[in-house]
Amino acid sequence: MHVSRLRANYIGFQTIVIKEVVRVLRIWIQTLVPPAISMTLYFIIFGGLIGSRVGQMGGYSYMAYIAPGLIMMSVINNSYVNVVSSFFGSKFGHYIEELQVSPLPNYMIILGYMMGGVVRGILVAILITIIALFFTRLHLVHPLITVSVVILTAVLFSLGGLINAIYAKKFDDVTIIPTFILTPLTYLGGVFYSIHLLPVFWQNVSRLDPILYMVNAFRYGILGVSDIGIGTAYAIILLFILGLFCFSLWLLNKGVGLRS
Amino acid sequence: MQALSIHGLTKTYGNGVVALKGIDFEVGKGEFTALLGPNGAGKTTTIGIITSLVNKTAGTVKVFDYDIDTHMDLAKSCIGLVPQEINFNQFEKPFDIVVNQAGFYGIPRKLGKQRAEKYLKQLSLWDKHDDISRNLSGGMKRRLMIARALVHEPKLLILDEPTAGVDIEIRRSMWDFLKKINKEGITIILTTHYLEEAENLCRRVAIIDHGEIIVQGRTRELLEKLRTETFVLNLRKPLAQLPPLDGYAVTQVDDTTLEVEVSKSQNINTLFELLSKDDVQVLSMRNKVNRLEELFVRLVEGKG
Ligand SMILES: Nc1ncnc2c1ncn2[C@@H]1O[C@H](COP(=O)(O)OP(=O)(O)OP(=O)(O)O)[C@@H](O)[C@H]1O
Ligand SMILES: [Mg+2]
Repeated sequence: MHVSRLRANYIGFQTIVIKEVVRVLRIWIQTLVPPAISMTLYFIIFGGLIGSRVGQMGGYSYMAYIAPGLIMMSVINNSYVNVVSSFFGSKFGHYIEELQVSPLPNYMIILGYMMGGVVRGILVAILITIIALFFTRLHLVHPLITVSVVILTAVLFSLGGLINAIYAKKFDDVTIIPTFILTPLTYLGGVFYSIHLLPVFWQNVSRLDPILYMVNAFRYGILGVSDIGIGTAYAIILLFILGLFCFSLWLLNKGVGLRS
Repeated sequence: MQALSIHGLTKTYGNGVVALKGIDFEVGKGEFTALLGPNGAGKTTTIGIITSLVNKTAGTVKVFDYDIDTHMDLAKSCIGLVPQEINFNQFEKPFDIVVNQAGFYGIPRKLGKQRAEKYLKQLSLWDKHDDISRNLSGGMKRRLMIARALVHEPKLLILDEPTAGVDIEIRRSMWDFLKKINKEGITIILTTHYLEEAENLCRRVAIIDHGEIIVQGRTRELLEKLRTETFVLNLRKPLAQLPPLDGYAVTQVDDTTLEVEVSKSQNINTLFELLSKDDVQVLSMRNKVNRLEELFVRLVEGKG
């Protein structure tokens, strides 16, 4: 009985993931092309035109320095946006009810949507990495750290997107958080500069930005340089993931935004 | 064991609307039951609670003895739902919609595909299985939702106004299909505004209005009861003994008042002949209307 329930749950999870991945690929013009275009522009303008005047940062050319930051920026944005728009869409079109009436437990629903966001995040990361390689050489100093940080970051922001979608009542609610919170935090999270360039006060303020830890851990994986301790970064990321997962599970169990 | 057993179910929505005022509702295994009621009676709310789309305020719901409070997943596995409103992703293909639903119920993909083909064929949708479902007609969309509801082969199929906005021909073929799968053993509950639909399909019916179940029982008996009229007769003289009135159900309310049930096929003249033969003189007569009849008239006239 229990084994078959577990198997059934796994099949349900798999079904959500397939559905989500098919969605990402079906609307690739909305999901994969925009980050490729905007990141190419970032590389040309910031890395190429402006970067050549900036000189070195952290011991690397400016282009090489911002490449990991830009990859992370894309991962954060795309995993978040994927889940928030897909889950909100299923609420808006009422087909979330297909899942609600099924015996699939809520934690599996969360994991399924989360995995969809992770897959999109990783796909975009690969795409941007390939684009980056046209502009600069990237080493891979700590491959394991690089890969694990990128996946964990995608997990974290997928969960964030899910919570946003659970609360969202109209389409505007889907764009507010990415525009007013995510983008500023990303820009201030050390994507374009080392925080050592900032006055001490602003360095400390920057340390309150969780994205700083992810960007730097990822940069450490690729270039071997970081503004912060890697252990701290992992601890913060894992803590956030745990918190967001529990919170989203609680929301779904309560039926927030889904059941009246 | 009942397929569905509901006790003291109440629902008050967040905005204060009391949609259900404590309903008791039982559906036996293998039955075909209609939940008949006008707009806003509480049909969709009831179904929403059974299928965990709506939170209940109080009461118990058991599906094949699985309490939805304690054995939610087992209860859900028994139910297939065809909702009132379209609730599939209209940008997906019918085949994918049905296959994915099978997956959510834990059915392996290969088997899910076989079943999807089987049920889409049974509902005459196979030639559309690879189209974008947005392009299906209204009737096709409803049938798609029936195929989707059957893909995990539920023991209880619940349909919320499946024939609303469907033309006569398709409605009839839908009826035939539902009758067939009911014969094959699946318990069916459907909600409807149409007395005709309940009459044609359902052995049992529960009539709901303003969040209360007014009556439930065998459709035929209920209709018989509904198709009789009750007349209240005021008599000139007190009646010592009730005369024999063959074929009429008569009750004596008091000395000078009788209540007679007359079915629509009976001739009321005969009643008066029988009465005058026994020298009972009727002073006045009025038609007694009850709530059920009123509702019935509303349903028959299709005002909902
Ligand atoms: N989400 C909701 N929030 C607040 N009130 C609701 C909600 N859903 C339904 N109601 C109210 O509850 C009552 C019962 O509605 P319900 O949808 O169950 O009726 P129904 O019998 O299915 O009607 P219909 O035949 O029109 O589908 C109505 O007064 C309705 O306005
Ligand atoms: Mg309804």
